[in-house]
Amino acid sequence: MRHGKWPLIVTFLVPPVLLYVFFVVSPYLQAFQISTTDWLGYSADANPVGLANFKALWRDDYVWNALKNNGILLALVPVLTIVLGLFFATMLAMGGRKGRAGVTGVRGGALYRTVYFFPQVLSVVIIALLWKEVYHPNKGLLTSALHGLGLPSPTWLGDPATAFWCVLAVMVWSNVGFYVVLFGAAMSAVPKEIYEAVLLDGASRFTTLRRVTLPLLWDTVQVAWVYLAIFALDGFILVQLMTNGGPNFSTDVIGVRMYDTAFGSETKFGYASAIGVVMFFLTLSVAVLSLRIGRRERIEYS
Amino acid sequence: MTTLDKPAPAATTPTPTARRDRPVRRELGVANTLSHGFLLIWGLLTVLPLLWMFLSSFKTNGEILADPWGLPGALHWDNWARAWTGAHIGRYFLNSLVVVTGSVSLTMLMGATAAYVFARYEFRGRQFVYYLFVGGLMFPVFLALVPLFFVVRNAGLFNTWVGLILVYAAYSLPFTVFFLTAFFRTLPTSVAEAAMVDGCGHFRLFFRVMLPMARPGMISVAIFNFLIHWNQFLLPQVLMQGDESKWMLAQGLFALSVSQGYAGDYARLFAGLSIAVLPVLAIYVAFQRQVQTGLTAGQLK
Repeated sequence: MRHGKWPLIVTFLVPPVLLYVFFVVSPYLQAFQISTTDWLGYSADANPVGLANFKALWRDDYVWNALKNNGILLALVPVLTIVLGLFFATMLAMGGRKGRAGVTGVRGGALYRTVYFFPQVLSVVIIALLWKEVYHPNKGLLTSALHGLGLPSPTWLGDPATAFWCVLAVMVWSNVGFYVVLFGAAMSAVPKEIYEAVLLDGASRFTTLRRVTLPLLWDTVQVAWVYLAIFALDGFILVQLMTNGGPNFSTDVIGVRMYDTAFGSETKFGYASAIGVVMFFLTLSVAVLSLRIGRRERIEYS
Repeated sequence: MTTLDKPAPAATTPTPTARRDRPVRRELGVANTLSHGFLLIWGLLTVLPLLWMFLSSFKTNGEILADPWGLPGALHWDNWARAWTGAHIGRYFLNSLVVVTGSVSLTMLMGATAAYVFARYEFRGRQFVYYLFVGGLMFPVFLALVPLFFVVRNAGLFNTWVGLILVYAAYSLPFTVFFLTAFFRTLPTSVAEAAMVDGCGHFRLFFRVMLPMARPGMISVAIFNFLIHWNQFLLPQVLMQGDESKWMLAQGLFALSVSQGYAGDYARLFAGLSIAVLPVLAIYVAFQRQVQTGLTAGQLK
């Protein structure tokens, strides 16, 4: 394999590396540099201002409000999604445990899995626009259902008190199916004998889930946690398309703040990059923290 | 679990369990109905909004306003026509198709060649370049957004499809390279060695032997990339701001939703959304296994 390997290495590696460095590596590096300037875009003059952008960020109430919302999302979206995902995955894997020691999947499990996965293949744009219609205060699916039952209906996305929870519900809705499939795949790797033994010992479903399934799937759950945490810190497209941060900033998230700062009415690129840098460190620390806190002994089946 | 005591319960316990069997079975029956109930509810929650969208796309605007839960009185295909031509969803659909075809092909070509080198060749600095690529998995696109805008503009690629194709491909390389490197490593070396002994050159070896062998992995990643690129919104939103005729489907749908607020043509919006959803759902149902493996593998990287 030694003779003449260099022509191949060079032709195969140089184009991807160039493309990647030009469009990915260099913008990332520039982002850090721009965040320390007062650049307003479109003009060439960007004066270095040191950490002034970050100091301004610290006193920016809108940024804090957005961060608070991201914080609530971070606290709720991963938990809700993982609990529902585990619950449905368990149901699918073991719902049909008939008789004594037989642990079987529920009937029609494949169909459920297919359907649950639907939101995952849809674009976030479509999900956002569709749910915006579902929440529509006049002709929406929800309002008319409540009216049909003779109940009063909130205005959903129009009300600062409910809008945030409506967006949160869509986030959970769009993610659960994916984790059902993911946890289902991980569960199918667990030897059936373990569940059969637990069943013979008379453990309830809840105990089985908490004491057996969860520890066995811990690695997968942890990865899911990290991803959902990153998702909760972003949420930009969903929020921008459904509410654009409103009403009255009740659904604002840090991504929308950054986008508006950079591409909104005023193009404060330096300040926007500073928000981006803060987001980057937040995401990174959340990911590292959840990996550290969640570290446990790895279980291997022999 | 040893094999010794495994058959024991089945052989020795028929009498005690038979006595307990009935109440246990009844309890399990209730649990079964319950679990089916929950599963069904979530299934409905998933399907209902989509079903509602499809049904509404065939209704008149009057029907949509009067009775959101009702069935369409007749199939109003003209909604679809208004969305397809009037709102230019057809054009945006084709635009997206052109760009995504280009970007997925480019991603696969660059990703496969780079991954092959990482998997099969030893040279100085290999680790460094490999981690440079894979490190990209860690960073959100967001951070790069502002500088990327200027990089693309200064390269004269702002508002062009070529620009989008190059950017999509560049941001897909980390995952593609990561996944395919692992995949090429799993392929047996004996075939490659035999081909080399027979005088097969390095390039021929890749295109005639290794690439065909890597097909299953290539298909999974290609589907994964297709979905990501097809559903992309942020990048075109920033890099394709101006020229409306070159917009991607997601941008067109967004504009349709915004204009619907003034025009009140709800049926057209639902038809537009349906046009965007149908092909993706069709691809998903057809390649279900690959899609699920591709996407879940993406998560478990």
